[in-house]
Amino acid sequence: MSATSATTHAHVQHAGHHELGFVRTYIFSTDHKMIARQFLFLGLFMMIIGGLLALVVRWQLAWPETAVPGLGVILTETGGILEPSQYNMAFTMHATIMIFFVIMPILAGAFGNFCIPLMIGARDMAFPFLNMLSFSVAALAGVLMLAGFFVPGGHAAAGWTSYAPLSAVPEYTGVNWGQNLWCISLFVLGVSSMMGAINYITTIINMRAPGMKLFRMPLVVWSLFITAILLLLALPVLTSGVAMLLFDRTLGTSWFKPSGGGEPLLWQHLFWYFGHPEVYILILPAMGIASEILPVFCRKPIFGYHAMAFSMISIAFLSWVVYGHHMFVSGMSPALGMAFTVTTMIIAVPSAIKTFNWLGTLWGARIQFTVPMLNALAFVSMFVIGGLSGIFMASTPVDIYIQDTYFIVAHIHYVVFGGSIFGAFAAIYYWFPKMFGRMTNPVLGHLHFWATFVFFNLTFFPMHIIGVGGQMRRIYNPMQYEFLQHQQPWNVFITVSALCLGLGQIPFVINFFWSLFAGKKAPLNPWNANTLEWTAPSPPPHLNWGPTLPTVHRGPYEYSSPESKADWLPQNAPPVTAAGARRH
Amino acid sequence: MLDWWLPENVSTYGQEIDWLFHLIYYVTGATFVLVFVTMLVFIVIYRDRPGRTARYTHGSTPLEIAWTIVPAVILVILTFLSVPAWSRIKMHVPPTDFDVFVTAKQFNWQVTYPGTDQVFLDEMHVPVNRVVRVHLRSQDVIHSFFVPQFRMKQDVVPGREIVQWFEVTKPGKYELPCAELCGFGHSGMRGWIYVHTPDEYAKWAAENLTAQAAPAATTPGEKTAEPKKEGKGKK
Repeated sequence: MSATSATTHAHVQHAGHHELGFVRTYIFSTDHKMIARQFLFLGLFMMIIGGLLALVVRWQLAWPETAVPGLGVILTETGGILEPSQYNMAFTMHATIMIFFVIMPILAGAFGNFCIPLMIGARDMAFPFLNMLSFSVAALAGVLMLAGFFVPGGHAAAGWTSYAPLSAVPEYTGVNWGQNLWCISLFVLGVSSMMGAINYITTIINMRAPGMKLFRMPLVVWSLFITAILLLLALPVLTSGVAMLLFDRTLGTSWFKPSGGGEPLLWQHLFWYFGHPEVYILILPAMGIASEILPVFCRKPIFGYHAMAFSMISIAFLSWVVYGHHMFVSGMSPALGMAFTVTTMIIAVPSAIKTFNWLGTLWGARIQFTVPMLNALAFVSMFVIGGLSGIFMASTPVDIYIQDTYFIVAHIHYVVFGGSIFGAFAAIYYWFPKMFGRMTNPVLGHLHFWATFVFFNLTFFPMHIIGVGGQMRRIYNPMQYEFLQHQQPWNVFITVSALCLGLGQIPFVINFFWSLFAGKKAPLNPWNANTLEWTAPSPPPHLNWGPTLPTVHRGPYEYSSPESKADWLPQNAPPVTAAGARRH
Repeated sequence: MLDWWLPENVSTYGQEIDWLFHLIYYVTGATFVLVFVTMLVFIVIYRDRPGRTARYTHGSTPLEIAWTIVPAVILVILTFLSVPAWSRIKMHVPPTDFDVFVTAKQFNWQVTYPGTDQVFLDEMHVPVNRVVRVHLRSQDVIHSFFVPQFRMKQDVVPGREIVQWFEVTKPGKYELPCAELCGFGHSGMRGWIYVHTPDEYAKWAAENLTAQAAPAATTPGEKTAEPKKEGKGKK
């Protein structure tokens, strides 16, 4: 058996170096690590577009109806001044791109693909071809989404939530093929996510290395496992929804159009039935990443491993029964709103448990402030703010007032930027050495982290304040409203901070590309971490390990264990004593 | 930092909403301080220094139980405080004979009163200290009827009529923005609600609504019979 796998391994190694051409190695690769890199590059490229769109939106809000610098090249008719329909397009596409083409590809796509096989001790995904297809289809979805910018009438402008009937009837927005392409692209992306999810679930269930029991899995693998289950169950709902929306727009059906007997709220039910699990799809991998990085740089075990795993499982279950809290004032029965308040308050409990366990991990630690650790700590602290501001919305009477204001905008950004994006940065800095075989530059890393952390807060915290002041989201010009005019200085302050936040990403771009080609060669295990991916070469070859797969003897977080002289004890190290073998 | 930033409240149920807002503000504020101070203290005292060794522990079941139960209890209390207020605001319209009909369209609020075809574009006139029942309809897309000073918000959905209410305690002119994206003219879709004293309202109604069909503001006898306190008692 081992002889066969050794031959296979040698053969594929050989093939990898000499027989696979450029196309099979870099474009249509079936290697999970290459697919991970492809998803990472897709996400980072789209992040530039999504980020620039955000800055365009912010410029308009601070200095309404003035020319956006640099935009005169594209908007030649107005000399760079954004029209209301273009403004609607800008925030719609900012959110769509950031959620579907940045956070999902980076967290679920890139790190799901990279971490799962390497951390459970598998040679690749269960279905490598399906995995390749999953990226190709996602890339196609990205092309379709970007194509929308170039069609007459402009891109979708009905918000990332695309509430019908505004999105269902072209005359209401003046957008025709833009919205159609939006639907088609998300449909295609939904197919990609389902292929990925099936792969992740199958791989985790069937392909764990010897000794890798479910409760010896690293928490990031747990988080990706649960994310994959949510993806598998939630994406078909969105996929069906966007297909129905497209039929309403092009084939004359009336799912969501009251003029033909349809029901506008049906769209919202479908959208949020997908949309709330989606929020957890965006945040669970980041929770897993933080749970992974904190113990490594605290040099102690994660506090409450089982509580961490079970709280993620309970979040996954509860995420299906809270979606109605997006619809408290939508016209849905107020009695239903009450039920959703109860479930929403309940789902805050597992998040609280996780937060306290992260604090427990810091307690008595020996904290090393590396760049991934700083980003993981930022994740924990920003997630706390995002979680606490969510309690305001969970209370239905308070939600009446703050629904559709900047308070919601602040909340979502504390969760998906403060949470997911800091999680993504933490993961990039942490796994870069393994992914690309080179170290990143810590000076640029620190610069990037501090600029991002400071300007993130200066950008998004004041949004709570103007939201409480009543500023609605998605308005083109706050100065049109008398009750909002006194807070315009805040809008200017936020925009200046956002511009600095954008500039703060430059060190990251430089660091990423410079390290990719000229970074210091990464050792096998630069962080002295316990999990299996650090036992493979940097970067791991095709099929990840030599002839024999690692055997797992213990849980993933045995740092500063009395069993070992060093302050770390890899999962695959043979037991020191018989007692040690029984411990886990 | 946030709580003083709320616009002035002028409606009866707005007080309940603001009270809950403040309660949650202080609860979350205290949690925020607790978590951040703990985190900062840990970060400082447990930083990596020569000679420091990390504590080898996998957790603590009593702590785990404590920090499950405490947040759960706080959240249950918040739920029980929220639900009755929600029920009073959204589920039970107090008895009243004052109805206003609002039909939203891209990008205006069309206001009508019973018995007359007169459409008031982007303006609504109502008397103070009186329960106003609003019938919300839309003829195209979803809009949202938002009056910040009333703490009132309700999406207006085409294909159905949604009945809501408010009672204002202070005469004045209040902004009525649309809070749900409704197309390129969404920003700037804004009306005004004029809240009059009963006398002023009667005068306005006499001038603008046909005499027999206009809902009577208040007859002089009613003026004392329907003060602010009674409006509260009805809930």
